[in-house]
Amino acid sequence: MLLANLPALQVAIPLVSAPLCLLLRNPRHAWVWSTIVSWLVLAMAILLVQRVSVDGTISYAIGAWATPWGIEYRIDMAGALMILVIATIGAVVMPYAWRSIQHELHKKNAGLFYTCYLLCLTGLLGVVVTGDAFNLFVFLEISSLSSYVLISLGSSRRALTAAYQYLVMGTIGATFILIGIGLLYMMTGTLNMLDISQRLPEVADTRTIRVAFAFVTVGVSIKLALFPLHIWLPNAYTFAPSAVTAFIAATATKVGVYVLLRFFFTVFGIHFSFNSMHVGEILMLLAVAAILVASLVAIFQNNVKRMLAYSSVAQIGYIILGISLATSDGVSAGMIHLFNHALIKCALFLALGCIFLRLGSVELKDMHGLARQMPWTMAAFVAGGLSLIGLPLTAGFISKWYLVSAVLTDGYWPLAVLILVSSLLALIYIWRVVEVAYFNVPGAAMHKVKEAPASMLIPVWLLIGANLYVGINASLIAAIARQGANALLGQAAP
Amino acid sequence: MSPELTVLACVALPLLAPALITALHRWPNPREAITLLTSAGLFLLVTSLTGGVLNGARPAIDLAEPLPGLKIGFEVEPLGMLFALLASFLWMVTSVYSIGYMRSHHERRQTSYYSYFAVALGSVMGIAFAGNLFTLFIFYELLTLSTYPLVTHAGNDAAREGGRMYLGYLLGTSVVLLLLALVWTWSLTGTLDFRAGGILEGVVTPATASILLVLFIFGIGKAAVMPFHLWLPAAMVAPTPVSALLHAVAVVKAGVFTILKVAIYIFGIDFLATVPATQWLMYVAAATILLAALVALRQDNLKLRLAWSTISHLSYVVLGVLLATPLGIVGGGMHIVMHAFAKITLFFCAGAIIVATHKTQISEMDGLGRRMPVTMAAFFIASLSIIGLPPLGGFWSKWYLALGTLDAQQQVMLGVLLVGSLLNIAYLLPIPMRAFFGREPEDPGNAGIKEAPLACVAALVLTATACVVLFFFPGPIYRLLQLLIQ
Repeated sequence: MLLANLPALQVAIPLVSAPLCLLLRNPRHAWVWSTIVSWLVLAMAILLVQRVSVDGTISYAIGAWATPWGIEYRIDMAGALMILVIATIGAVVMPYAWRSIQHELHKKNAGLFYTCYLLCLTGLLGVVVTGDAFNLFVFLEISSLSSYVLISLGSSRRALTAAYQYLVMGTIGATFILIGIGLLYMMTGTLNMLDISQRLPEVADTRTIRVAFAFVTVGVSIKLALFPLHIWLPNAYTFAPSAVTAFIAATATKVGVYVLLRFFFTVFGIHFSFNSMHVGEILMLLAVAAILVASLVAIFQNNVKRMLAYSSVAQIGYIILGISLATSDGVSAGMIHLFNHALIKCALFLALGCIFLRLGSVELKDMHGLARQMPWTMAAFVAGGLSLIGLPLTAGFISKWYLVSAVLTDGYWPLAVLILVSSLLALIYIWRVVEVAYFNVPGAAMHKVKEAPASMLIPVWLLIGANLYVGINASLIAAIARQGANALLGQAAP
Repeated sequence: MSPELTVLACVALPLLAPALITALHRWPNPREAITLLTSAGLFLLVTSLTGGVLNGARPAIDLAEPLPGLKIGFEVEPLGMLFALLASFLWMVTSVYSIGYMRSHHERRQTSYYSYFAVALGSVMGIAFAGNLFTLFIFYELLTLSTYPLVTHAGNDAAREGGRMYLGYLLGTSVVLLLLALVWTWSLTGTLDFRAGGILEGVVTPATASILLVLFIFGIGKAAVMPFHLWLPAAMVAPTPVSALLHAVAVVKAGVFTILKVAIYIFGIDFLATVPATQWLMYVAAATILLAALVALRQDNLKLRLAWSTISHLSYVVLGVLLATPLGIVGGGMHIVMHAFAKITLFFCAGAIIVATHKTQISEMDGLGRRMPVTMAAFFIASLSIIGLPPLGGFWSKWYLALGTLDAQQQVMLGVLLVGSLLNIAYLLPIPMRAFFGREPEDPGNAGIKEAPLACVAALVLTATACVVLFFFPGPIYRLLQLLIQ
């Protein structure tokens, strides 16, 4: 019984647990509660992935209202992968958050943080499980609204303007998505995504549908920070609390990518999206621009958090580049990188959170000689950095390998060169930090700095371990991504 | 122990040694004992494999499969055997030398020095025994990363600059060019296994093969073919034992070794000869030989002169490979060994001079031969071996390389080899000449100069002697290489 309702519980449990955090006045109780919930969510996610891999796509009617009238929850392999990413990151960040939040947030805001964290988790999971276009919008807004709050909780006052900037951009994106969904509803008379996709071909050749496609594409592109719609991202990541940055960087933009995949492949269909609307070429161009421009900008940042934020924009470019090929190889490369980048970036941002806890700053100029004081944190940063660059035996290498071979299979060899060259740009911006931390003479205040507490180091190293594990044995993740890509492209698994 | 497990142990032993080295960081003597024991143990393990390999055994073991069809696995074949023997033997000698050098220099952070050294050797073993190109690539990158802390050991601004060049060139070439070649080969052939006769023949057009060959030759930056050679002089900021083992033997030879492997097992010698790019890449190698030798002539810093000489000599091996004849391959493989023994001796001497006198410039070394006769005699012997004169080992490799050029009907290349040897004479022999016959400058500081510590001198005497021995007994090396070209 419980197992049969798993898709609904996956979303419902964090949703109903969230308000309780506000009622628990003691921050510690709120933390314990939300940690338990986040682990429960992970356990459910693992069960769900197992079920999907055994039984195939799960369809679940909410309240037993038959589709297409009721809301359908629909989870295929692509969705299962996303759920796994979100739940894993959610569960790993939570134990870390206690010390970090205690240090960065005012005590009276702690309850608010845990509430919004669980709400954000709810929204992100909801987007993935739902098969209903309007429901998707609702969940996307739950996650966005809660992340505006989470970002505004940052210790510096600039967190407020960063959150406000994100709010404005995000709301424009949400409105666009809503307009797009509204137009689709107008033309097809249904909100169930599968149902829309079946009715769409009759009306595909109308201006309304083309406009709907454009609105959805642009709206989602804002949410996932596709270059040049990324301008909200660097500030939001820089000024949010460390735990929030790590969580959002690893999940929120990824869910945006997932929504894009859903609309392109499931709702509009590959033929309409890529052959009629030629979105592949546009995405490829923007992805290349994202990779090059954002990597170059990252090199010139002196705030390490902001540097990693720009790096995220570039990495989203890699994911989009894979998707823009619209082949099984390309989409699975994109999804593999989506998973791997979540592991990499979360680890790096968490390591930065450790540094911020002890140093009170993540400016390059304050990090001189830091490696001697915080060897474990810096070692984790280097390991995560190597994975970001994509050296062998790390997760980043697997992504790069798949992406380059997907690009080469389609004959785009200049793109292959570009991908490889841009990984050198990553080498440059990571190595700036390494040189400062390992070679520069520490200042007078430095020797008071201690290593970060175990409760924060363990999550960081767990993620680093996951990076190395994927680097050595990627067959599982590659198989899931391949099945996911095939599910999206509507092909039978080979 | 079965040969398969021995192979695994050869890679694992040096990779695990740092745990013990770090654990013993408070007690220098037991700590160095670990390094010595590990290197001796490694050499014994490698030697125990040799007989089997000579008799045709090819012990293989697979460890993991990161991606479907791409394995991390090891397989011992004659060329890898030769390289592993060379590197493990010289690691032993270098460890003795290191102890003398690092202690009398009062270097800081010796624990991390010995740890990273062991990791670097583990990576070299991984390269030597790699069962496929993918595994080789992994250890190739690991070697770059594990030697970075050694190159930047001094921790000052010069080290940072040198390290930047080192990492930039080696990672840059391997990530952009070599990795591209790998993925491309993979997508064309569906395999990266090393197979006798190669995997590309019949699959790719001559034009594609040319592009791939260019990507491989330049992508393997450790071979320092111009224009990707500047990392090697930059790496001379490292402590001298690092320069000796890693930048005369392990790292650079890993580069030319990889080129040999690619030529023999990915392209296949016969197919390589038909690839159009082979012809003009040969001229790039020839230009590297001559230009680097000319630059070496102008260096006053001894380590830098040796570094440029190494660049020149690496391209001898590359040239031998590109001749794509059996004799060229034998010559190239031979030169890996002969040059290693001679060059490590020269670096040991340079280090001994630094330890004893703190002199780094050749112009300051007038008359030094009378104060450090053993060191300078060894320097002289090794120089002769580099030049390729009998009765020294270096003669054999030049001999086979020359035969290879004739076999391939590349008379121009024969000329290059000869001119290269003349340039060797011009930049190496003046150093012992000045040391023995030059007038010592009037400087009271010179009075107290005597030979470097025993550990240093013993090591350089041993390798210099080996140069002579290899002239008389090149048989085992030849037999291993013979297996490659049958």
